[in-house]
Parts: sequence; C-alpha cells; structure tokens
Amino acid sequence: MQIKDEIYKFFGGIKPNGHKNISTLNPIKKISIPKKLIIPVRQHVGKMPNIIVSEGEYVLKGQLIAEPVTNVSAATHASSSGKVISIKKEDIPHPSGLPDMAVTIETDGKDKWIELEKFQTSKLSIETLLEKMRFSGIVGLGGATFPTHIKLNINKINTLIVNAAECEPFITCDDMAMQEKTDDFLLGIKEVMNLIKIPQAVIGIEENKPLAIEKLSKSIADDNSISLKVIPTVYPSGDEKRLIYLITGIKIAKEKRPAEYGIQVFNVATLISIARFFNHGEPVISRIVTVTGNVKKPNNYEALIGTPINELLRDAGGDTNKEIIMGGPMMGFKLPSTNIAVTKAMNCLLTITDEMENKPSYEMPCIRCTKCVDVCPAQLQPQELYWHAKSSQFEKLTNDYKLFDCIECGCCSYVCPSNIPLVQYYRYAKSEIREQKQSLDIADIARERNDFRLLRIDREKRERAERNAQRRSQVSEDDKKKLIDEKKAAIEAALNRTKEQNL
Amino acid sequence: MIASILILLGITLIIGITLGYASIKFKTEGDPIVDKIDKILPQTQCGQCGFPGCKPYAKAISNGEADINQCPPGGDEGIHKLAELLGVEYKPLNAEHGEPKPKSIAIIDEETCIGCTLCIQACPVDAILGAAKQMHTIIEKECTGCELCLPPCPVDCIDMQVIPETTDNWKWKYPIFKINQKNKHAN
Repeated sequence: MQIKDEIYKFFGGIKPNGHKNISTLNPIKKISIPKKLIIPVRQHVGKMPNIIVSEGEYVLKGQLIAEPVTNVSAATHASSSGKVISIKKEDIPHPSGLPDMAVTIETDGKDKWIELEKFQTSKLSIETLLEKMRFSGIVGLGGATFPTHIKLNINKINTLIVNAAECEPFITCDDMAMQEKTDDFLLGIKEVMNLIKIPQAVIGIEENKPLAIEKLSKSIADDNSISLKVIPTVYPSGDEKRLIYLITGIKIAKEKRPAEYGIQVFNVATLISIARFFNHGEPVISRIVTVTGNVKKPNNYEALIGTPINELLRDAGGDTNKEIIMGGPMMGFKLPSTNIAVTKAMNCLLTITDEMENKPSYEMPCIRCTKCVDVCPAQLQPQELYWHAKSSQFEKLTNDYKLFDCIECGCCSYVCPSNIPLVQYYRYAKSEIREQKQSLDIADIARERNDFRLLRIDREKRERAERNAQRRSQVSEDDKKKLIDEKKAAIEAALNRTKEQNL
Repeated sequence: MIASILILLGITLIIGITLGYASIKFKTEGDPIVDKIDKILPQTQCGQCGFPGCKPYAKAISNGEADINQCPPGGDEGIHKLAELLGVEYKPLNAEHGEPKPKSIAIIDEETCIGCTLCIQACPVDAILGAAKQMHTIIEKECTGCELCLPPCPVDCIDMQVIPETTDNWKWKYPIFKINQKNKHAN
C-alpha cells in the first residue's frame, strides 16, 4: 500500500480546548514504591485469569500472580517485591463501581526483580513468541486493554499504523512517552514489524505535539520503513477507524476489522511495553499516567500498577474530595471512590475543573437543531438515536439507526445546546440490547432442552408400553388360563375367609 | 365469444394449477403463529401461566384460550411484544399468575441433600445432575429459575438465589440526574 502525503479529512468531529500544555511542562516523574499495591487481577478485556499466588506468599517484582485461562485473556504480575496480604474483592476503576478480585501486596521496599528471561526474538518461532507474550501481560494500553498477542497473531499485514494522535483533551501521557522514551518506542515499532513481517509503519500524530514530532522526525530520518504523518488536531482523530482514514483514505466497513484490510493499529504505550518485553523480558508492571485538571502541579507520572491513586493526587497537589475522572473529559468516567489503584487502562486522572463543575447538569428538551448530526464522525443521526433510546425502541435503534456504529466519542453531547447526556442514553440502549440478545440465546437453549426432555419422556413411555405388550404376547394361552384360575381361586379363598370371620 | 371464453378458461386453469402447485410445494410445517409466540416467551417452563410449559401456553394463546398477560417472567416487555405480534391491546400483567422477580437460579445445599431424585424429575430443562442416593447439583448455566424443583424436595434443601450483579453482567443504567442544590442554574 502506497501512503500518500494527502490527509483524508473525516466527517464531523470537534475542536475542543486541548488543555495539554499544563501537564507537559515537567518531565515524567517516577512515583516511589507505595507501602501497599492493590493489583486488580483482571485488567483486560476477556476472561478472568487464574490467581496462582496465595495469602502470605512472598512475591518478587515481575512475578506472575495470575495466569491467562484462554486465548482472550491476559496475565497479571506483581509490580514490586513484598508479601501478599490479601486476595479479595476491592474497588476497581470500572464505571459500575462494583468491586472485583484484587491481590494486595505489602511491599518491602527492596524492589527485587524476579529473574527475567532474556530471549532473542530472531531465533524463536512466531508461535513461541506469541505464547510467551500471552504471559507478558501486554494489552492495548490506549485504554481498550485488548490482549496484544491476539492482534499479533495475524498474517498479511502490510501497514502498521501507530496511534499517537492522543486526541482527547488533557491527556498527554503518550506525548511525553514519545519524547522521553523515543528509543524504546521506535524499537517497539521495529519489533512488531519484524515479528509479523510488516514492510512499513506510519506514525499518526496530531500537530499539537511539536516537541514529539521534532524528536521523532530526527530519529526516523534515515529509516525508510517508518514515516511520520502529522494530522490536524480534530477530536476524535485517535479513533482507530478515523485514524486509518486520515492516513490511508481507506474506510473500514461496518463490522470489519482493520486487519482484513492489511492494517493493524497499535498505541504508543503498547509498543513501548512490547519493546521492554522483547529486549529485557519485562512484563507490564508500570504505566505513565497523566494527572491533570484541578490540581496544583499537573504532571505525568510513571507509576507501578497497583499504586493507590491517592499517592499520585497528593504529589500533584490535587483535591481528593473532588470528583475524579479516569480517562479524558470526552470518554472517561467518574471514579466511584479514590480508594482505587492504577491499572493498565488508566492513561489519565482528571480532577473536575471549576469550568466543568459549573456546567448545568440538568437536561433540557431536545430542540431538534441537529448540531449533533454535523459533528458525528460515524455519520449517524444522534437525535434519532436519542429519541428512540429514551423511549426504549430498541429494534429500530439497531436496524434503522445503526446504534452499534456509534463509537461513544461524545461529540454529540459536547455540542448539544440542551445539555443532553446523549452518550449515556446510547450506552443504556446498547447494554439493554446486548442483554436481550443474550436472554434470547438462553431461551433457545432452554427450549431445546425442554423439547428434548418431553421427547425423552414420550419415548420412555412408548418403550415401556412396547415391552409390556411383548411380555404379554409371550405368555401362552394355557398359562393365561392357569393364571386366571389361580387368581380366581385366591379371590374365592379370601372371600371365604372374610365370611368366616364375619360369622 | 368462444375465443374469450377459452381465454378466460385458460387463465383460470393456469392460475388454478399454479396455486395448487404452490400450496403443495410451499406447505409450512407446524403452526407458524405458535412458533412466533413461543419465540417471545422466556422459556423458563415454570408453568405460572397455568399451562405445563411455554409451548402449551403459546398454543393456548393462538387458540384464544388464554390471555397474553399470564407470564410473569416475560414481564411487561413480553406482553408488549405479544400485543404487537397479535395486533391486540396491551394489558397489564395479571397478578393472579404471580409477580415478576429478579432473575435467579436454584442452588442445592449439598450437605442436606439426601439424593432422592425428586427434583431431577421435576426439572423441565434437565438442569439437575445426580443419581439415587448420590448428591445432586444444579447446572447453573442451564437453570431457568422456574422454581419447580422447590415443592418436591422432601428436605427443603433447594434455595433460589438472585444472580448477583458483577462487572461482567453489569448494565449501563437509564440516565437519571440528581438536581444539584449548589448549582445556580438549576432553579
């Protein structure tokens, strides 16, 4: 595929104030090892991994604490050395606010690494490498947390697109990582290209990151296989399908994956962790988190997975009583409490600013201005989706208005003059529809099992009747007479007995 | 005159043959309306409607022997769907047949179970595993929560447990907003 210089602008999108400069003034700060690490066992999309440590056990930094159970599952590791003090349900960063299993480690401060396996990628087969990756804990660190080894188990990819757009306001963790970990980042790109034989890579980066652009363009100057494409700052250019269109002009059809078009997209932080794993054997045990918004010293932190977010907020001078959003202001969600630890998906902690707080939270009626239509990057009819979701007309939503093409980017809610939380209506409708579909499947199984049971009962009845008939027919006429006579005699005898007794 | 009679005769013949052929070729097995109703019913096979299962209830509805509001597990949504399918007015759920309950599954207390197999015989979807004088257990995935295994149990060792909300089955809720007292705009 030939990548042209042209930028293919996608439909819709918005240009909100980025607020990015506030957190890029200082270099990434390492947060010291906390006393307690609360490591949620499942930090990825897919099956819950199997916990393989027990309470009281001493674990080393980088030691596997939960292993993946199926292919769509990922591993979890201890991020520092210490003693496992509890394995129970803890608060996790999830929009539901429901707790989930977590391993709590009391750190000993020694930060002692487990012996890491160093391997030469060129000498091993791709199958072995992917199997090793399954235990590396590498997942999509852009926020989707899809296990990376599955995305690499695909042939015939001709273009690697690096998602360095980071289009959401406030978030700067990828920007800073590209500036400070340029070598690891480029190494990660090379590793992925070598692994699944991709001839070219394109880094898609928004023009609001001049320092990273400058540094990268210098570093890749004499490399023909990696190119840099500076794209305009329009939200949501970091959405996978939007980014592919911006760079290649290819529109990925509904329900298709980029891999079917020979394209695979990876996030900056994911590539850095791939480089760390392939060259040092390091699993994912830390990540860069932007702490910004209503804090005194907004900054990027490199924190161990499992570090309580309070430590980060305290260092940044944040008000822990304020509501905190995980992710950006567009797609993030409010954290249920501050008693939560850093996870692989946590790219940003945003404390609510006064501007956000003063925005009226109540919803006014839809005035049918269709401003939302003009900004919807999926080219849907957000107002129609809203009306039908509000009145729970789910069939129409899926069939006529293509609700499931909605990427929940929040552009419609952003421009809505009536302050309608449109995306929340879509999320509600989507989860209702998913549940309905699931219960239909369950009903189908129940129907099948009930039908089979009735069939079985019927068959057993018939078979019993047949057996009885057969037995009866085997008895000869004389025997029958004999039997009847015997019975008659017995009855007679009984009657006589009663008569005698009555007398 | 004769020509027009022949033409008409010819047309009727052709149509007659086509219709006759179509009725044989495209004959539908079973009663499609019963299947459509059955598809809407939740298949718990609980019998709360007064019929011995979902299919018999579906048949009764299609024959006009039963009303559409007798299925508590199907709930309001189910009644709406049935009303739409059959082109009749919606009716609220008939309370005589019970109230809708949160989804639950049966759990056997394995300490108390004596292995009498009575619950196995009662289960409409064969979701209980066990043998005589052996401990029984429920296949959770297959249990429809019909509660039919509760009355036959002589030692009362079966409990209904509401399926708890976890991060796996959690759903986004309908947006409801608290009116913010401090908010000066919200007068």
